[in-house]
Amino acid sequence: MVQQKLRVILLTGRTIEQGVGKERGKASQEYFESVSMCYMDPEDMKKLGVRNNTNILVTTKYGSVVVKAVKYRRAPHTGMIYIPYGPWANAICSHETDSIGMPTFKGIPAQVAPAQNKPVLNMEELLKIEFGK
Amino acid sequence: MTIVKSVTCPVCGCLCDDIELVVEDGKVEEVKNGCAICESKFIGYRGEHRVLKPKIRQNGKLVDTTLQEAVKKSAEILANANYPILYGWSSTSCEAQRVGVELAEEVGGVLDNTAVVCHGPSILGIQEVGIPSCTLGQVRHRADLVIYWGCDPWSAHPRHVERYTTFAEGRFEGSEWKGYLQKFKAAAGRKKIKRVMKQAPVKNPPSIEPVTPSEPPQKMKKDGRKLIVVDVRRTMTAEVADYFIQVEPNKDYELMEALRALVRDQELDVNSVAGISVECLEELVDIMIGCNFGIIFFGLGLTMSAGKFRNIDVAISLTRDLNMRTKFAIMPMRGHFNVTGSNTVFTWQTGYPFGVDFSLGYPRYNPGETTSVDVLLRRESDAALVIASDPVANFPKKAVQHLVKNPLIVIDPHMNATSLMADVVFPSAFVGIEVGGTAYRMDHVPLPLKKVVDPPEGVLSDKEILNRILEETRKIKLKQVEAA
Repeated sequence: MVQQKLRVILLTGRTIEQGVGKERGKASQEYFESVSMCYMDPEDMKKLGVRNNTNILVTTKYGSVVVKAVKYRRAPHTGMIYIPYGPWANAICSHETDSIGMPTFKGIPAQVAPAQNKPVLNMEELLKIEFGK
Repeated sequence: MTIVKSVTCPVCGCLCDDIELVVEDGKVEEVKNGCAICESKFIGYRGEHRVLKPKIRQNGKLVDTTLQEAVKKSAEILANANYPILYGWSSTSCEAQRVGVELAEEVGGVLDNTAVVCHGPSILGIQEVGIPSCTLGQVRHRADLVIYWGCDPWSAHPRHVERYTTFAEGRFEGSEWKGYLQKFKAAAGRKKIKRVMKQAPVKNPPSIEPVTPSEPPQKMKKDGRKLIVVDVRRTMTAEVADYFIQVEPNKDYELMEALRALVRDQELDVNSVAGISVECLEELVDIMIGCNFGIIFFGLGLTMSAGKFRNIDVAISLTRDLNMRTKFAIMPMRGHFNVTGSNTVFTWQTGYPFGVDFSLGYPRYNPGETTSVDVLLRRESDAALVIASDPVANFPKKAVQHLVKNPLIVIDPHMNATSLMADVVFPSAFVGIEVGGTAYRMDHVPLPLKKVVDPPEGVLSDKEILNRILEETRKIKLKQVEAA
């Protein structure tokens, strides 16, 4: 049965595409495409009724963001999603530094829901909403 | 056409120094020996997203201005601030970082580098228990067991495996490249057979998938270098590993403590730890103890998940325990090409590697208090200078909200998320392409960066821009003292 929401653990990190994109320029299309996405386990995508390359809404205690769901080729890692570092990941990451200066960028409880009709914001739109500039 | 050889790549902590560039009409046209990210940098440096003129915010919009005006405005911001943050520093040269320390002392601000959201916890762990480490040259020539824990060099340090570890041809240890090639050919063959089986009119075709090992595979008993990957998900590096161990998220600490107990010949009262059976762990410890020279490379999988610096503490302690039985070393996989350099420069100038607070007139260091994210979360800073980094894209939202509320100066060659939010933007020359300097590799070996082409007209180096801001700030401060 297709679920409305799925509880997962959010990880953020590097991908080669993100590395190439950031060196090409943060305003480049390559960078946008490489960081406004989320790797998901195919089984989790089935549970949610989400197809490859469609949008999902990821929500944590710290915020929510719409990103594109992409099937992870080296599954399984059910219950885990992976968003490359960038403004989209940071919109939902934990700012808790545990008194050592380091925010928590990995292992954050999150919820995923399908959002086919919601658009993925571009960098300027996202920054405008988040910071009003 | 000129071919420039032995160029050091200014991308990641590997600092590969065997890059060849073909330069034509003052532009880099071809990159040889580099990885995908290296090529993107050497080709993308002159892309359309480059900032070529200083910018200043007027009526809510960034407009072009002169260099003198931008320097004056920045100096005013910094001289009038009570507690500015000077953040970034990891993608510039040691020479520019040194001027940065002087500027931070002059304005009484917080001097912090990107290690704070990267390997800051590793530094804290090292300060707790020390570090038995080595250079990458030693690893290349001697290591017969390489463990990547919580890191994926294939994505973040693409040539690390090829230049320094398993695929490198060392003096005493050979490259395992051919073995992996065979493995990939076999995997491709399996895929082909699977496809044919699907089309064949056979009910319940026999399984041809390799069985997921519940214990280390036979190839761990082979001669030569062995590669183990410990991660929460199967990464590209895990694909090439001889043995992949999938640990449950946030359970690295437990796993390493269990390994420490086993190295010390203690028995465990449980059946599994962090999702891995104890029999498997025992086999793993036997492999670790049985090697001649082992090395653990760890990444942000340890520093960013639960436990943070305690994970590093225990990883180093495990290495120390293993040294009672064999030779073992450990090294953090540093990200930006000169983040190690910024820690080193800050340490030899102030005594502390990051999060240095000059507000009392002398350097203070208290991670959790003087680190930039915490200062921003407490809303204490009243201005910021960001150089060679992009905190708006890499800091948590709540911290960025305070950063962009106050005057913000950005020095960066590209337009990035932080530049879009800035009040003053300085275009700068690319370190390692348009301006030379020194950078520290992840194993603390300093390497020279080359100037290959000239920067665009009117674009200065980070060091020169900082020097001008420092000079102007001093003038304003002097006037303030005289007026008082």
